[in-house]
Amino acid sequence: MSSALLEVTGLRMGFGGLVAVDNVEFTVKRDEIFAIIGPNGAGKTTVFNCVSGFYKPLAGEIVLDGERITGKPSHQVARRGLVRTFQNIRLFKQLTAVENLLVAQHRQLKTGLVSGLLKTPGFRRSEQEALQRAAFWLDRVGLRAFANRPAGTLAYGHQRRLEIARCMITEPRLLLLDEPAAGLNPQEKRELQLLIDELRRDHGVAVLLIEHDMGLVMGVSDRILVMDHGKQITTDIPERVRADERVIKAYLGES
Amino acid sequence: MADFLPQFTQQLINGLSLGAIYALIAIGYTMVYGIIGMINFAHGEIYMIGAYVSLVTLTALGAQSGVPLPIVLGAALLVSVVVTAGYGFAVERFAYRPLRGGPRLVPLISAIGMSILLQNYVALGQGARDVSVPQLIAGGIDIQMGEGYSVVLPYSRLAIICVTVVLMVALTLFIQYSRMGRACRACAQDMGMSNLLGIDTNRVISFTFMLGAILAAVGGMLIGLSVGRLSPFIGFIAGLKAFTAAVLGGIGSIPGAMLGGIVLGLAETFAAGYMPSQYKDVVAFSLLVLVLLFWPTGLLGKSRLEKV
Amino acid sequence: MSQNLKNAAIAALLTAVLVTPIIGLQLQRQNFELTLIPHWDKVVLASAAVFLIQLLHPYLFRNGRTAIRLPAWPQLQPRQQRIGMLVLLAIGFAWPFFGSRGAVDLATLALIYVVLGLGLNIVVGFAGLLDLGYVGFYAIGGYTYALLYNYFGFGFWESLPVAAAMAALAGFLLGFPVLRLRGDYLAIVTLGFGEIIRLMLNNMTELTGGPDGISGIPKPTVFGIEMTRRASTEGGTTFHELLGLSYQSQHMVIYMYLLALILAVFTWFVSNRLIRMPIGRAWEALREDEIACRSLGLNPTAVKLSAFTLGATFAGLAGSFFAARQGLVNPESFTFIESALILAVVVLGGMGSQLGVVLAAILITVLPEIARGLAEYRMLIFGLVMVLMMIWRPQGLLPATRPQVELPT
Repeated sequence: MSSALLEVTGLRMGFGGLVAVDNVEFTVKRDEIFAIIGPNGAGKTTVFNCVSGFYKPLAGEIVLDGERITGKPSHQVARRGLVRTFQNIRLFKQLTAVENLLVAQHRQLKTGLVSGLLKTPGFRRSEQEALQRAAFWLDRVGLRAFANRPAGTLAYGHQRRLEIARCMITEPRLLLLDEPAAGLNPQEKRELQLLIDELRRDHGVAVLLIEHDMGLVMGVSDRILVMDHGKQITTDIPERVRADERVIKAYLGES
Repeated sequence: MADFLPQFTQQLINGLSLGAIYALIAIGYTMVYGIIGMINFAHGEIYMIGAYVSLVTLTALGAQSGVPLPIVLGAALLVSVVVTAGYGFAVERFAYRPLRGGPRLVPLISAIGMSILLQNYVALGQGARDVSVPQLIAGGIDIQMGEGYSVVLPYSRLAIICVTVVLMVALTLFIQYSRMGRACRACAQDMGMSNLLGIDTNRVISFTFMLGAILAAVGGMLIGLSVGRLSPFIGFIAGLKAFTAAVLGGIGSIPGAMLGGIVLGLAETFAAGYMPSQYKDVVAFSLLVLVLLFWPTGLLGKSRLEKV
Repeated sequence: MSQNLKNAAIAALLTAVLVTPIIGLQLQRQNFELTLIPHWDKVVLASAAVFLIQLLHPYLFRNGRTAIRLPAWPQLQPRQQRIGMLVLLAIGFAWPFFGSRGAVDLATLALIYVVLGLGLNIVVGFAGLLDLGYVGFYAIGGYTYALLYNYFGFGFWESLPVAAAMAALAGFLLGFPVLRLRGDYLAIVTLGFGEIIRLMLNNMTELTGGPDGISGIPKPTVFGIEMTRRASTEGGTTFHELLGLSYQSQHMVIYMYLLALILAVFTWFVSNRLIRMPIGRAWEALREDEIACRSLGLNPTAVKLSAFTLGATFAGLAGSFFAARQGLVNPESFTFIESALILAVVVLGGMGSQLGVVLAAILITVLPEIARGLAEYRMLIFGLVMVLMMIWRPQGLLPATRPQVELPT
């Protein structure tokens, strides 16, 4: 078993003549927290959409734990343990927080139609267990008190946490976070950093994140990939990225 | 083999004239879809109303003898176009405008209700049974194809093709160069932005419905004169076929609707030659299903990448 | 006020112009000549009505939001919904013992619409898929029984599961390609499929009897015992002979009614369970956000397909019951208007609201019977109601209350 969980090679994606991502390569190791940073429009989210199966890349290979997932539909990618959040939070707003977590377990619940219609003991047990797992994750992200509130009515920061919990309940191997700190206050950002660290430590999940908040990125990431104009500038540990001339130039522009 | 050419020419004219009618109706679907993204399910009924209004006007004028035929036809066309445009305007104002901005399926259900309403409204007013339309444009061009074969190209069908070509050219120029045409294109691209830039989007939407109704009314009058029969229920099938044409051409694209209409008309006419006649509608619906399933972007449509 | 008056006058004038050629001048064939019969009274009436509505418009609607309250029940809690259902059920079981023969027969028809409405509610209300070809599955159910009887001598009870299975299969096979389409395209494609099914039944004359359909379909037996005046087979026993009663056709009417009631209760029970099961939650989630569902590993097509197939199954059940009740099936019973009618039941009741759908189904079958004088205007009013409902109360008369999973906090 190699230490690489996700291997992306020669990734290229464009929209009608416009190249959004060109020849991006990186590897996420097991237990690694890996960040992609870059100015707006650098192609970070496009990389995410390719990796999570929402876009079909024009070229390149995406391999998850030895298995090629390039071009596979998003729900199949998710079933292989690669789950993501969204920049503009996509919770089921009318459903309550706990129901959001129940929907996410859909794949794990193996009860059949008949047992559900007849409410067999097996079905009740399965539902009870699902509820317990949901309770566990609500506790874990500190949202137990809001369990029965429609997700759309939660505070912004809480919605972010709920979305992460909804991913974690599917027991992923790799968690993709798309700007998880956007819109959070400094206190919430610190809590988020702690949470990401704990998720890796306690649940053995590797994390791939896109983030603009440098404090969070530098604090939490093992390695960082810097993108600009669809191209990869460098991939390195935070200390060296921070000092890299090219990175500074990408952010501040030529001067 | 000797009768191939005459038959082919005959079929070609039939197919082109049928396609022209589809194209006239399809433009109404495509423009409305392009601007507010809804399927105006009641558009077929607008076409049917256009046909009825023209017939009523023809009958009213026909009572006064001595009026030359071109003037009668012209007047009927004018009245039909004006009144039907009014229907297009009223339908949008009453049944669709209050729903704007809501969930997608709400206006569609309202449109289905509107379609049923209009069908039965005309059936109540004018009777549910077929009425026959007098053959005002009789005769045709007799073409000798040699060896004793000849083809008759009816004037009524030629009129359909000519009128449609003229209207299409006029419409293209109008959309391209007029102020309102530019506003329509702007709204089709980005309604919110157009609104911010000071375009009265409500007026543009009303105008789009009226323009679609005008073209459908012309189609309705022409089909009445050429087929010679009308009923309050002709709009349903014609509307669905025209919608197929609009999707086939690429929904939202005006040249696409024209092209889709012609292609569909030709395909239907030539296929009908090889098919028992009662399967004609099965073919039409199968085409509708197949186009939507396998070619939803159509001939001239743009595929859009889903925003994640 | 004068502005208002001016608007109303313009609207009335516009109305006069618009309605004159349709209802003001009626085309009439006389001696091979078309003539026009004027009905100016109707034009004046229509204009006056529009004038009044337009004049009162600002008082009826304020700021685009309606100020008039439509008759609607308050939001019911799940508990109250359950009580409502139980009350309906009690009335349902008592009905045949108090109602007249005609009333029981009408109630049977209403119950068929309850089954159809609840079945379509799974597709439209729960999963949010606008299916305009639902009547196609109803037709498949009806014809399955008719054909099985006609060619193989199957009875109602043997045919019922086959009819359900055939409709489910059709739902599955048709749903497979169409469910990846966007909402409005899906609606039109299902409409197309519904019409194709009807036209095929109409055209395959050798098999289906064409436009005449298939007649002489027998009524269901009571545990294998016929409920007819005389046994169809030599030496067979009939229901009234067995019980030592005199033959009364009323018995059959009541029996059919009770079967319909059981079918409706079964449908309600299943759909009520479904929405509380993982699959029901998945439907709701999918209705809200398909992309989020995909990101969590839910296969949208599979989830939609399950709703589509289950919905079709109930249409199949209703169809074979319909065939048994009518004694004949023909393509006329399965037109697009029928689909629209079932959709109207769901829309009127409130998408996703089972109790609402049941009430709407009763309303839509009983009202035309009460207002017989308006029979001519039935479809007109029905179209108008669909439009007005969308404008005033798109959530239906009795909006759905979602069953919620409670987690103690």
